[in-house]
Amino acid sequence: MSNKIELTTPLSDEDVEKLNIGDKVYLNGTIYTGRDAAHKRLVDLVNEGKELPFDVKGQVIYYVGPAPAKPGKPIGSAGPTTSYRMDAYAPTLMELGMKGMIGKGNRAPEVVEAMKKHKAVYLGATGGAGALIAKSIKKAEIVAYEDLGPEAIRKLEVEDFPVVVINDTRGNDLYVEGAKKYSKE
Amino acid sequence: MREVQTDEITKMVRDLFIDSNCNIGDDLLAAYDKGIETDESPVAKEVFKELKENVRIAREEHSPICQDTGLAVVFVELGQDVHIVGGDFNDAINEGVRQGYADGYLRKSSCDPFTRKNVGDNTPAIIHLEIVQGDKIKIMAVPKGGGAENMSRVHMLTPSQGIEGIKDFIVNRLKESGSNPCPPTIVGVGIGGTFERTAILAKKALLRKVGERNPDPKIAEAEKEVLSRINKLGIGPMGYGGTTSCLDVFFEVEPCHIASLPLAVNVQCHASRHKEATI
Repeated sequence: MSNKIELTTPLSDEDVEKLNIGDKVYLNGTIYTGRDAAHKRLVDLVNEGKELPFDVKGQVIYYVGPAPAKPGKPIGSAGPTTSYRMDAYAPTLMELGMKGMIGKGNRAPEVVEAMKKHKAVYLGATGGAGALIAKSIKKAEIVAYEDLGPEAIRKLEVEDFPVVVINDTRGNDLYVEGAKKYSKE
Repeated sequence: MREVQTDEITKMVRDLFIDSNCNIGDDLLAAYDKGIETDESPVAKEVFKELKENVRIAREEHSPICQDTGLAVVFVELGQDVHIVGGDFNDAINEGVRQGYADGYLRKSSCDPFTRKNVGDNTPAIIHLEIVQGDKIKIMAVPKGGGAENMSRVHMLTPSQGIEGIKDFIVNRLKESGSNPCPPTIVGVGIGGTFERTAILAKKALLRKVGERNPDPKIAEAEKEVLSRINKLGIGPMGYGGTTSCLDVFFEVEPCHIASLPLAVNVQCHASRHKEATI
């Protein structure tokens, strides 16, 4: 555990396959934001056979609804939201080539299975550390669903965005292993 | 009878929500320090260091600690000798929320439950009003995030389940919540009252500072026991594994019906934000 790895998006199968649970990863490049309402709209589009507002292939989606940006800043506080609410939608996006999800909290077994099948990873950002995480976001631009306010899809340019690998492409789970190691029940 | 202008109430609510969201209590910083010192997991120590750094940045830049600046929960202790003048009391509080969330660059999270359309100004406030003696108004602002709130439960136990049933339910709730509520958590527990009263007690318990025990020694012992049991679960900060899964457990207890044993578990994240002021 605890290798330090730098990755630049878009990600390939090889990029994600080398990751293990507990690895500290610093992301660079472009990532997209999306949470509850945006995910519903994206998957509705897929089900209707329509094109998505951005190409999800090789991409990473960050589950976040940022606070408003102060004047002169690209974004406000921007920590992760709880991921299980996106579980219903995540496998569809992985089928389309999404390689990573950033959030916090446990994923459903179907999502972990989909990560194995489609070669994708789930990355944890430190929940509640929104002011700190915002420092690694250099640019933010709304690319879809502006009407959703904090839930609009934003394209973020990130530098050394800090995450930890929670689920790798082999079905391992840091939450399960971590608790096992320190449980005194 | 002392007159208080609604404008004063609005200003105070505005300031409290900005301050509580950007400037966390020193009791929590001390708890993070203890985590750095005592947690057995090196990863956990790193998380605590990140949380400290986050608090430092938030204070320096006057930006919110967490992007989820919550729904605006407001506890009010209204002195019975106060006469409120200049407008409607509830409107004054909601206007304070509106101004605080706009001026403080706080995220507006309130939405229609069905269409999910954002209300746009984070109103209405969730107001809990209590009339007390005196001619002062005490207002406590609690911005409450959604992630930890979603892990909360109200459960009606049978009286035979007793205190052991209560302890088991709380520990299991935190075990099942795992990494979701941004551990290490703070747990507000309401015991007694009715279905709705016990939930308000649990929320009110979150107003305490870390380390502040219930004045009843038996209840204080139960708080400590539940805290210790949650910390043995191994969840750790952010669920990455560790020996600090919970920072404190607070019980608030009131009498209940002879047929009932109402229990509410209100889960709070490590960024337990609350501030109070008095007019």
